[in-house]
Amino acid sequence: MTSDSAGITVQGVSYHWGAKRALDQVSFAVPRGAVCALLGPNGAGKSTLFGLLTGLFRPEAGQLVLAGHDIARATRPALAATGVVFQQPTLDLDLSVWRNMLYFAGLHGLRGQDARDRAGAALTRLSMQERAGEKVRALNGGHRRRLEIARALMHDPQVLLLDEPTVGLDAPTRAALTDQVHALARDSGISVLWATHLTDEVQAGDHLVILHQGRVLSEGPTPAVGPALTDHFLAVTGDQTGAPA
Amino acid sequence: MTHALTALIAICTREALRFFGQRSRMIAALVRPLIWLLVFAAGFRAALGLSITEPYETYITYETYIVPGLLGMILLFNGMQSSLSLVMDRELGTMRLLLTAPLPRWWLLSCKLIAGALIGVIQAYAFLGIAAIYGVSYPAFGYVAAFPVMLIAAFMVGALGIALSSTVRQLENFAGVMNFVIFPMFFLSSALYPLWKMAEASALLHDICMVNPFTHAVEALRFALYLKLNPLALGVTLGAVVLFMALALWGYDPGRGSVRRKA
Repeated sequence: MTSDSAGITVQGVSYHWGAKRALDQVSFAVPRGAVCALLGPNGAGKSTLFGLLTGLFRPEAGQLVLAGHDIARATRPALAATGVVFQQPTLDLDLSVWRNMLYFAGLHGLRGQDARDRAGAALTRLSMQERAGEKVRALNGGHRRRLEIARALMHDPQVLLLDEPTVGLDAPTRAALTDQVHALARDSGISVLWATHLTDEVQAGDHLVILHQGRVLSEGPTPAVGPALTDHFLAVTGDQTGAPA
Repeated sequence: MTHALTALIAICTREALRFFGQRSRMIAALVRPLIWLLVFAAGFRAALGLSITEPYETYITYETYIVPGLLGMILLFNGMQSSLSLVMDRELGTMRLLLTAPLPRWWLLSCKLIAGALIGVIQAYAFLGIAAIYGVSYPAFGYVAAFPVMLIAAFMVGALGIALSSTVRQLENFAGVMNFVIFPMFFLSSALYPLWKMAEASALLHDICMVNPFTHAVEALRFALYLKLNPLALGVTLGAVVLFMALALWGYDPGRGSVRRKA
């Protein structure tokens, strides 16, 4: 798949943390408008890949293309077309929900009524509008995550990167968030890369990439969901110890 | 309005909301120099004789002498506090939000620098107001002339703080670094004692004070308050801004430094 037809293309990307190999010739592509589950146990290299996809650091080898923009050569257009939810929360706990939204809007060049309209619409889309005046510190984990997703969508990105966005959430909240993001992808046509180590977050019809010990072991349409997917993962990796939940 | 300016306003607004939301921070920022002015200076006045040196044209009280140094102290503490918040931002993850904004990294860090400097200058003017009530005042236009110099001084200590924050991985470690930076910079400068007085005590200490950019920031401020220009002091301060900012940008380069380690 070429970068023209894919929402996200990762081609031959390698990275080391000191002597430790984090990513080894990683290649895959997420079709435009698809949800791609990046499935791998802790330590597979998912967060390193997200750091590279968001330009926080540079790959030693390879190319990463977001919505047709090479992150190394066209960093700003690539980031402008991308919404990100990192594994670690990135909210300012001392500011209100609304102020967090406007801060992000400003960083993306949105201002005035346009920023306020987008912030309101994004909060409404994630059912967070009633929390707008609350300090983020007062929100529970589920609401904070929904706020982060709402914020990541405010500038109408073509690509949404989610790095284990359900960490620390209870099962019903996880399921609701997973459904919400899939609905978003269906309705708005954005390409979603969802890193997870939980097989129950992968839905039928998702694109699936299995990342293990820094290497892509398989890529393609999700062959199964639920426990069958766990069996599939074990068959692909041959690793009983690093099995996803 | 351009994207870059919109981002600057957003970052300044966030810093202002955080600052004014923490009343204790403003109080602490003012209490520290006020103790020096009201207690330390009162006791020291009798012990220290000051001769007439530029920019002064007559004998001055010790309180008058140390106010520019205390302004420098406010800016220094604020600069370090801003960089502490940068380390906190990195620990808490909010730094990633800033660094993944579609703007050049040098501009994003400059926005942080400008926002922190403006907060520092607000504190400095609040202190000047209290000092005036106490009886230490300057020519009216001196307060205006001091503004750009205070801003440059704030940029210098802020850029140093950003550069340091890029090398420190944990918040706990940064507190130690601050002590190793703030106290030598402040005490080995002309903030509390005139350099000629320092030379009488030790030529080496005098030389160290002379290469300390904080000395020059304080002297530039001292002259500006009397509507005078000290080209050497201002030049060294500006040079230090450029040097420290270059170090900060190097530290936050995506290919090296703290972002790579912490991301």
